[in-house]
Amino acid sequence: MERILFGDNQFFGVNHVSDEKSRAQMMKFKEDKTILRTIDIAREEGVNTFMCTTHDRIGNICDLIRQEPEKYKGFNIYPCMPYAHKYANAVTELGIVGTLKQYVPGNFFGSLFKGGMAFVSKDYMAMMELLIDAEMKMFKGINVPVIFIQNVLTDLIMGLGMKDVLKEYHEYIIKKHNAEPAYITMNMPMLLDMLESVGIKNPIICSSINIDGFRMSGGKELYEHTLKTREVRGIAMQVLSGGATPVKQALQYVCGLPKVESILFGASSRGNIHETVSLIRQFDAEKK
Amino acid sequence: MVRVALIGAGKMGISHLAILGAHPDVKVVGVADTSKIVTDVLEKYSSFECFSDYKKMLEKTKPEAVFVAAPTKYHGTIVKELLEKGIHVFVEKPFCLNVNEGAELVQLAKLKGVVNQVGYHNKFIGTFEEAKRLMNSFALGDIQHFVGEAYGPVVVRKKQETWRSKPEEGGGCLLDYASHVIDLVNYIVAPINKVHGALLKSIYSGNVEDAVYALVETNNKLSGVLSVNWSDETYRKMSTTVTVIGDKGKLIVDATEMKIYFKEEKCPPPYTKGWNVKHINDFAEEVAFYLRGEEYSAQIDYFIKAIEGKVPNNKNTFETAWQTDSVIEKIKNNKN
Repeated sequence: MERILFGDNQFFGVNHVSDEKSRAQMMKFKEDKTILRTIDIAREEGVNTFMCTTHDRIGNICDLIRQEPEKYKGFNIYPCMPYAHKYANAVTELGIVGTLKQYVPGNFFGSLFKGGMAFVSKDYMAMMELLIDAEMKMFKGINVPVIFIQNVLTDLIMGLGMKDVLKEYHEYIIKKHNAEPAYITMNMPMLLDMLESVGIKNPIICSSINIDGFRMSGGKELYEHTLKTREVRGIAMQVLSGGATPVKQALQYVCGLPKVESILFGASSRGNIHETVSLIRQFDAEKK
Repeated sequence: MVRVALIGAGKMGISHLAILGAHPDVKVVGVADTSKIVTDVLEKYSSFECFSDYKKMLEKTKPEAVFVAAPTKYHGTIVKELLEKGIHVFVEKPFCLNVNEGAELVQLAKLKGVVNQVGYHNKFIGTFEEAKRLMNSFALGDIQHFVGEAYGPVVVRKKQETWRSKPEEGGGCLLDYASHVIDLVNYIVAPINKVHGALLKSIYSGNVEDAVYALVETNNKLSGVLSVNWSDETYRKMSTTVTVIGDKGKLIVDATEMKIYFKEEKCPPPYTKGWNVKHINDFAEEVAFYLRGEEYSAQIDYFIKAIEGKVPNNKNTFETAWQTDSVIEKIKNNKN
């Protein structure tokens, strides 16, 4: 994995600390080309990996990238699935079964019901596999070396204690998509316990890691201890904890942590992208 | 360990279940749902014991507390049964479809002395809490007017019918989105007790309203407007805002930000004259397990702590949720 990953929250109005800012960002990034131009700015700064949700508009960005294979040679996308609000809004409106009927491709679900309720374990996993494949379609022909499950789903599965589902996902991503399975979570130490319990060693886990301890469930000390003592390939997100701490101080903190292989950040302007990338490179250089 | 069971494993039920499953003081003893596919998946992959009939579950598992996240029309019957057995109850919002039924449950819960809570999770969000604290200290002086709003993209085109499109089952924007706004205004400003007029508008839904607009008054004679629309796709997800204007300043608060303007130097510290902007990360308290927002974990933790006797049972009680139900009924009765 690259040291610095460029995220997509800013493009789709995902802002954890301001609803107002999020709406302003949605207006700014109305055009797909504006998004791609910002990705290009990050590439000019040497950031060649874009980590993004499987939002419908990412499909359009992928189309634009496929049109210029030379320009985007060596460019990587790390998809994070699913785009949860799509499903959450659907469940609010259609219920769980209605949502599955709408999104599981083909007539798989129809036949499931026609055949009565006599289905076995394999069917649920087949359903999950179909949903993964459906979400992955938009990335065809693009380098996708790492694939994530979004935190709301990872944490839901974890809370329900469905560790075998994580294991099945892990194996399927390797087998079918020839990529590294990875996880986003708001509960990193707890997830690491669960993954290890089903035999998944040294997993890639992306979680909030910041100097303020914001959204680090179980506490900042537990996270630091986990990073120090255990085998994990960490990705730090929300490193600026929504702007609570000055950028320099916030980045110095994450750059100094062990096992944080990559740092994920999102920004809309050239100035902010340049500042973040330069500071990370500077702190990394000082460490050596 | 508190022995907890769940009735209704839909969207909210599953979310509660995951948080309960990860809670160190909770043992989940059973899950009841009428959907075979849901209980089948849970039986297969989780360690929870599942039931298609909640009565059988209660009999067999003898829970101390039950989370009720079944469709609203069943709340009255199920909650009554639980209270009569002396079981602590957490029920999803809105509380009841019928105010008389709700009033009876408020009394019964008091009589039985059990912990009772309703899932109005906004009261566990730091920004709204801070707004409440400031309002309690009369920071804005005499209040002139308030506005409670919520917008989001639930029904953005004509689609197939579900229980959400049936008014008798608790579908519709009034019982869903608007109930949150009413409950927050009751909490932050003062309880609404009059509805001067209301519009319930269908936009895409055939049988229920997609928007609610109402002119209301609180029990201390403050005037306000409610404006709620769940068919607004310019919002990525539900966004709820309360604005209050007083003679000393103005407050605008949502789940992520609290903005407060003070006219004078004399204002509660650390605030200063002019605009003050605070974000959720200034207030958010760490939770042991995070799923969709601190507030969902915090409200469950509060309920469990109330059962353990560690906190008083005075947040989101049946009584305050019943007040919200009463406003909903007044809006229905005063629609133009």
